[in-house]
Amino acid sequence: MAVVLKEKISQFVEKRRPVFEDWKHTLYLWRRTKLATIGTVIVLIFVAIAIISPFIVPYNPLGQNMNQRLQPPSFQHFFGTDQFGRDIFSRVISGAMIEVEIILIVSVISGGIGLILGVLAGYFGKVVDEILMRATDMFLAFPGLILAMAFAAMLGPSLVNTIIAISLVGWTVFARLARAEAMRVKNQPYIEAVTALGASKKRIITFHVIPMCISPVLVQLTLRMGTVILTAASLGFLGLGVRPPLPEWGAMVSDGRSFLLDQWWISTFPGIAIAIVVLGFNLLGDGLRDIMDPRLRR
Amino acid sequence: MKIENLKKYFPVKNGVFKKSEYVHAVDNVDLEIPKEKIFSVVGESGSGKTTLGRTVLRLVEPTSGQVIYNGADITKISQHKMVKFRKKMQIVFQDPYNSLHPRRLVKDIVGESLVIHERITSTEMLSRVKDILGKVGLNEDHMFRYPHEFSGGQRQRIAIARALILNPEFLVLDEPTSALDVSVQAVILELLKKLKDEFSLTYLFITHNLAVVDYMSDFVAVMYLGQIVEVGKKDDIFSSPMHPYTYALLSSIPKPDPKQKRATVVFKGEIPSAVNPPSGCRFHTRCLYAQDICRTEEPRSLEIFKGHFVKCHFPLNKK
Amino acid sequence: MSKNLLEVKNLKVVFHTYRGTVHALDGISFDVKKNEKLGIIGETGCGKSVTSLAIMRLIDLPGEITNGEIIFDGKDIMKLSENLLNDIRGKDISMIFQEPLSSLNPVMKVGFQIGESISRVKKSSMKESRQDVLDALEVVGLDPKRVIDLYPHELSGGMAQRVMISMALSTNPKLMIADEPTSALDVTIQAQIIALLDDLVSKMRNTVILITHDLGVAAQFCDRILIMYAGNVVENAKTDELFENPLHPYTKGLLKAIPKIGNRGKLVGIPGNVPDLVNPPTGCRFHPRCPYAMEICKIEKPSLKMETSDHGVACHLYG
Repeated sequence: MAVVLKEKISQFVEKRRPVFEDWKHTLYLWRRTKLATIGTVIVLIFVAIAIISPFIVPYNPLGQNMNQRLQPPSFQHFFGTDQFGRDIFSRVISGAMIEVEIILIVSVISGGIGLILGVLAGYFGKVVDEILMRATDMFLAFPGLILAMAFAAMLGPSLVNTIIAISLVGWTVFARLARAEAMRVKNQPYIEAVTALGASKKRIITFHVIPMCISPVLVQLTLRMGTVILTAASLGFLGLGVRPPLPEWGAMVSDGRSFLLDQWWISTFPGIAIAIVVLGFNLLGDGLRDIMDPRLRR
Repeated sequence: MKIENLKKYFPVKNGVFKKSEYVHAVDNVDLEIPKEKIFSVVGESGSGKTTLGRTVLRLVEPTSGQVIYNGADITKISQHKMVKFRKKMQIVFQDPYNSLHPRRLVKDIVGESLVIHERITSTEMLSRVKDILGKVGLNEDHMFRYPHEFSGGQRQRIAIARALILNPEFLVLDEPTSALDVSVQAVILELLKKLKDEFSLTYLFITHNLAVVDYMSDFVAVMYLGQIVEVGKKDDIFSSPMHPYTYALLSSIPKPDPKQKRATVVFKGEIPSAVNPPSGCRFHTRCLYAQDICRTEEPRSLEIFKGHFVKCHFPLNKK
Repeated sequence: MSKNLLEVKNLKVVFHTYRGTVHALDGISFDVKKNEKLGIIGETGCGKSVTSLAIMRLIDLPGEITNGEIIFDGKDIMKLSENLLNDIRGKDISMIFQEPLSSLNPVMKVGFQIGESISRVKKSSMKESRQDVLDALEVVGLDPKRVIDLYPHELSGGMAQRVMISMALSTNPKLMIADEPTSALDVTIQAQIIALLDDLVSKMRNTVILITHDLGVAAQFCDRILIMYAGNVVENAKTDELFENPLHPYTKGLLKAIPKIGNRGKLVGIPGNVPDLVNPPTGCRFHPRCPYAMEICKIEKPSLKMETSDHGVACHLYG
């Protein structure tokens, strides 16, 4: 029984070998680009910490302990405590989870909306395209952060509303990208070939156009993850984002403002966390873009 | 297939205020393509042969005219109804490097029509893909690869397999070997001949290479600037070409035999633009035998011999 | 020895890619006599274009010339400084390419571009060269007053190639290298261009290397032909001799694969694919596809031996 299974698995792998070869090559290029590797490492650590945070926090991130307030960094409190006696280290670590949530959901929503709208506009052109272009123009007329602030203010401060606000700002970039790619792809011979086979427009868009548009969108998504964190942090800083006492990093930086001179650790550690993670994403995104560059691939 | 009065004009985008001009890509073409024969359309750039191939399959919508397939006029039906016909009418493109989707596996590319037109399980699809790949000379290992792993000749085989998997009757071949090396071309042409017999196919074979035409075809139509200037049985056309352009084409081909030096008749002039084709007979600007009437009046298509038509005021070689 | 304008000895070129080192040229040697018209024939990947670039030392990273002597007019090009090389390029050796429209600067008028190359040689000003430019245009069959002020995109393919030829010949080079000059042109235009080249070259007595995949063109134009395969010269003979008495199995295969008008026999292609030059076959690079392959062919690479005094072949079948 086990033998049969092993047989089937090895057959499966053999048949799919070229697909794996393709991935192996991507991995090889990845490792060769040092910056991408560093970026990946940072991001992976970040995500790992976020996932295991509930198990490694030394203290309850929301737990107040007025005896221990405003303690400088020490062995008991690696990053010190804030004005409510909460352990900064635990809060930073749990905050990672929140940031990851935000990034993931924002990416899926804004990337998804952008991809679909962009592909539809690029493929159908004319009226649909015009409508989409004017819509993106409207959104892009405002600086991103201001617009996000406007949405957040409208919706009220909360985690969910932060996510919605940032998604609404971010989708335009992906729409434009997807549109450009769709316009290029739709005139390619292989699309004509598939039309000749009898494929419906729906099928062409879903199985042929969208797959070609996903890569540039994915790359851009990664590049923008840093910006997403910064926006969320800014919103949090301004009080328009996640509501206290949730340990969102931007809100934490804001919390420590009045204590900056004497109890610098309250703002600084979350600030450093933001800086490192954003840097990691940017390095990763740059490296990814280089890897995807067809000239390097071939 | 019968093609009647087929026209395809492409508008030239010329700004808001200029009068609209048209590229007369296909200009009043009449053809009859008999069953299970290879019918070649030969011409240079601007002749409209590629557009003809696409218009016949309604990949490009005709401006006017009819295309009658097995008695049914397929020009007037909706694209939705056209899908049924697409099972029977397929196309192989010129560019082996771009006509296969770069991000899909060969099995998906070839098996796509099965998924579109029939309800089929994946095991059944795999076995049918394997069968058809075998018929074009590839094997099942090739199913799980990407197009970029193959050479030009192999990619064309994949394209042919894709076109044949649903057992069509009619195949448009748009310069299928022009992008391939000579040695590979020979193999693919032989394959196409074999498959035609095996599957009882009818070919509309589009090319600019007269030697290939001679090798493959039963019937030949010569196109110049959107019009058919001569059409007939292959042997008739090659042994007694009647249109000066056909003669020009035949004598321009450099023969791979140093003992047969180039014909001293070299036709002058550039191929005119298809946006403003010359008046009267379109070939008159380059024709050595042009006379006044050629400049003013467009010649009608005359049947000089049985089945051999020419569009010229002064056909050559009147036997 | 002074009869030879160009002597290439054991030229090796490699390209460094992520997949490994591509051995593009595997030690080729050949001579070009003064006033000779040499044809280099080969299919994709044989290295013919690389050869022409190497002669002008235009190979840049990731490619490099790893071995060889290139003796042009008595001087070893491999040893010349960049300055001296620049002197030779465009003046003593000139080149025309396959895509004339890519070789011309799109934002400069045609007359200006020709004028540039003339002024450089004659060391005259652009104004002084205007008459020379008009003459140069007339010599290639273009209407000088009209064409001199056109931009490249206003020219047809044939006209653009004529401009290229005029630029190339304007400096009266000792050697002209034409890399597939007519492959992108229509057949009737190709005939014109080849006739033009033939005419001009016989008048100006230049030496020409014509690179092409088209045996027909080579048969009509060249005095001598080199057949290349996978980075090696496999046969070297006078044109008549090559077609009458091809020795190398690859040459024989090529000749059998070309469709010829009037030929009723089957076309026989060469089975298999062009080899991967990162891991080329051992011994003779053609052995996997050769119908006459013997044991020794897998082990030892055959060198080019002269069969008679003027017909060289690299094959173990011949000693």
